[in-house]
Amino acid sequence: MGMGGFPPILPSGGSMAIAAAPARIRFNRLGVLIAGLTLVGLALPFAAFRANRIVPGAGRTILEALPLQPAILLSLALLVMAAIAVVRTPLLLRLLASLAALSLLLVAMGRAATFLTPEGDALARISPAAGFWVLLFALAVLAADALAQLKLKPAYRIGILALVLAGLAAILWSGGLSDLSVFKEYANRADAFWREAETHVLLAFGSLLAALVAGIPLGIACIRLPGLRATTLNVLNVVQTVPSIALFGLLIPPLAWIAFAVPGAAGLGISGIGATPALVALFGYSLLPVVANTIIGIESVPASVGDAALGMGMTARQRLLAVELPLAFPIILTGVRIVLVQNIGLATIAALIGGGGFGVFVFQGIGQTAMDLVLLGAVPTVLLAFASAIVLDALVEMARQPTAEAAA
Amino acid sequence: MRARLGVAVRVAVALLLLAFLAWPQSFAPVFAPFTQNEAPAIYNQGSLIDLALNHLAIVGIATVLATLVAVGLAIFVSRPAGAEFLPLSRSIANIGQTFPPIAVLALAVPVLGFGTAPTLVALFLYGLLPVFENALVGLTTLPPSVIDAADGVGMTGAQRLRQVELPLALPVILGGIRLSAVISMGTATIGSTVAARTLGEVIIAGLTSNNLAFVLQGGLVVAVLAVLISDVLSGLERVLTRRAGRA
Repeated sequence: MGMGGFPPILPSGGSMAIAAAPARIRFNRLGVLIAGLTLVGLALPFAAFRANRIVPGAGRTILEALPLQPAILLSLALLVMAAIAVVRTPLLLRLLASLAALSLLLVAMGRAATFLTPEGDALARISPAAGFWVLLFALAVLAADALAQLKLKPAYRIGILALVLAGLAAILWSGGLSDLSVFKEYANRADAFWREAETHVLLAFGSLLAALVAGIPLGIACIRLPGLRATTLNVLNVVQTVPSIALFGLLIPPLAWIAFAVPGAAGLGISGIGATPALVALFGYSLLPVVANTIIGIESVPASVGDAALGMGMTARQRLLAVELPLAFPIILTGVRIVLVQNIGLATIAALIGGGGFGVFVFQGIGQTAMDLVLLGAVPTVLLAFASAIVLDALVEMARQPTAEAAA
Repeated sequence: MRARLGVAVRVAVALLLLAFLAWPQSFAPVFAPFTQNEAPAIYNQGSLIDLALNHLAIVGIATVLATLVAVGLAIFVSRPAGAEFLPLSRSIANIGQTFPPIAVLALAVPVLGFGTAPTLVALFLYGLLPVFENALVGLTTLPPSVIDAADGVGMTGAQRLRQVELPLALPVILGGIRLSAVISMGTATIGSTVAARTLGEVIIAGLTSNNLAFVLQGGLVVAVLAVLISDVLSGLERVLTRRAGRA
């Protein structure tokens, strides 16, 4: 790579950093990778055109998929982005530039869909093609790298997540993407989408809540009774190895039997079909992280702290509630994070046994080889899991800080 | 005494599993109570042992490939030359876990077609994360005194990696491989929704024909295999930990 021969065609934001540094420009190695990906992404087809939702698509490059002016504008913006990535620029600039480019990319995709759809053609489908995904990946990596290096405080991370989600909602709400094939699938089943969304959230969060209510006391009991501990952890470990599709299916008959045999159970909504078996299966998978982390969390409370509580005349119960559980809280919260992300993903399998959730669209899409339908189920699932992971990571860090200060 | 009992139970379970795979029909009375309307008690649309071997082969190939790539990446980002990629690799590993396996499978289908290939790709991608995380922990938490000693006796970077860092990190890396293999055993069953030849076929056949016996035998075989694999690998882990402690 040429050391000093780089021509000074830098974006205005980058020049400030350069002015302070010696004349030589410093390169960012990840940036070189991202710039390379951007060039590849620009060359690959940006959108795919299909005469209807089942036939294979034909690729359209950016220049073919957009009117001339927006096409040139998008390409230039992405090239500027690549330049910002290649040169060592301030992290905040890299973050803002990548987020701006991401929203531009989304808006351009929506515009391409409108542009490529023939007038009055209700069957034609426009979907993102390889070039779009490569560009999306490159920009997301740049944003993730900037965020990871900025080491923002947890509250700021949640704030940025909220801003990104608000931006996404604004783009969706403006209707700019409505000609895209995924949104045509959505328009055909908007009611079903929100119903399944509700089921999905209910499955993931409901099973987590149940696992907390049952798992934390179980974890505490495991500390008091060593015999219980080995058995519980062994059983829960084995539960984890039962494949999800089998566990979901195996719970149908026992629950159907309970609904039939136990008076009032059916009235509570317990039944062998629908969401109940999925809820119980997810509860089973959730117990291990909750119980194990409760045990680890309480056992990691320093002995001196326990002695101090004893010295102050606390009863065992007071010590548990006022000292041990609060100190164990960050570790239990880490368990919650594991469970929630895992459950949001696993809840997609519930659709296989008629339990509902976003998996309904994924499996319908597989059955009809309609990838837009798969995306309609997969993208919200990933977004939900991703947002939950970020929020809970931030909460874990926030919960850790006061204890770290207290210990210091 | 207790340890010996544990080994005996495991050997017995393994033998029972082998017997079931070899002569499934002789277990028909066990599974018959779970069927309705005279439905077959034992999976009859293919050979169970073939499916089990295929299942293990897919998981094995995916785990080996994932281990090679993940350990390679962990070595790279834990060297000074790759240090600037460390925070990014951590967040990508974190983000990767938020993708549900079924979504990865379904989205790999247009590129790779139905069958084993998308399953292999999904298992490989999922397998990367636990191995990478553990390898990173193993390689970055070695006592500084050990590193200093290796440098002090004049080892080059490559020698230190091969003779000191990797052997000491091996038990932790193995823990990641174990986790990865166990998760893959379960995830491979989902591969059958896109027509991969795994034990998931048995479970799905049971779900679609409302035959609980199929669901039960498919689920049990996968679970027992996963527990046995996990036990063998954690035994190996213990041996290596003891050896690493002595070294």
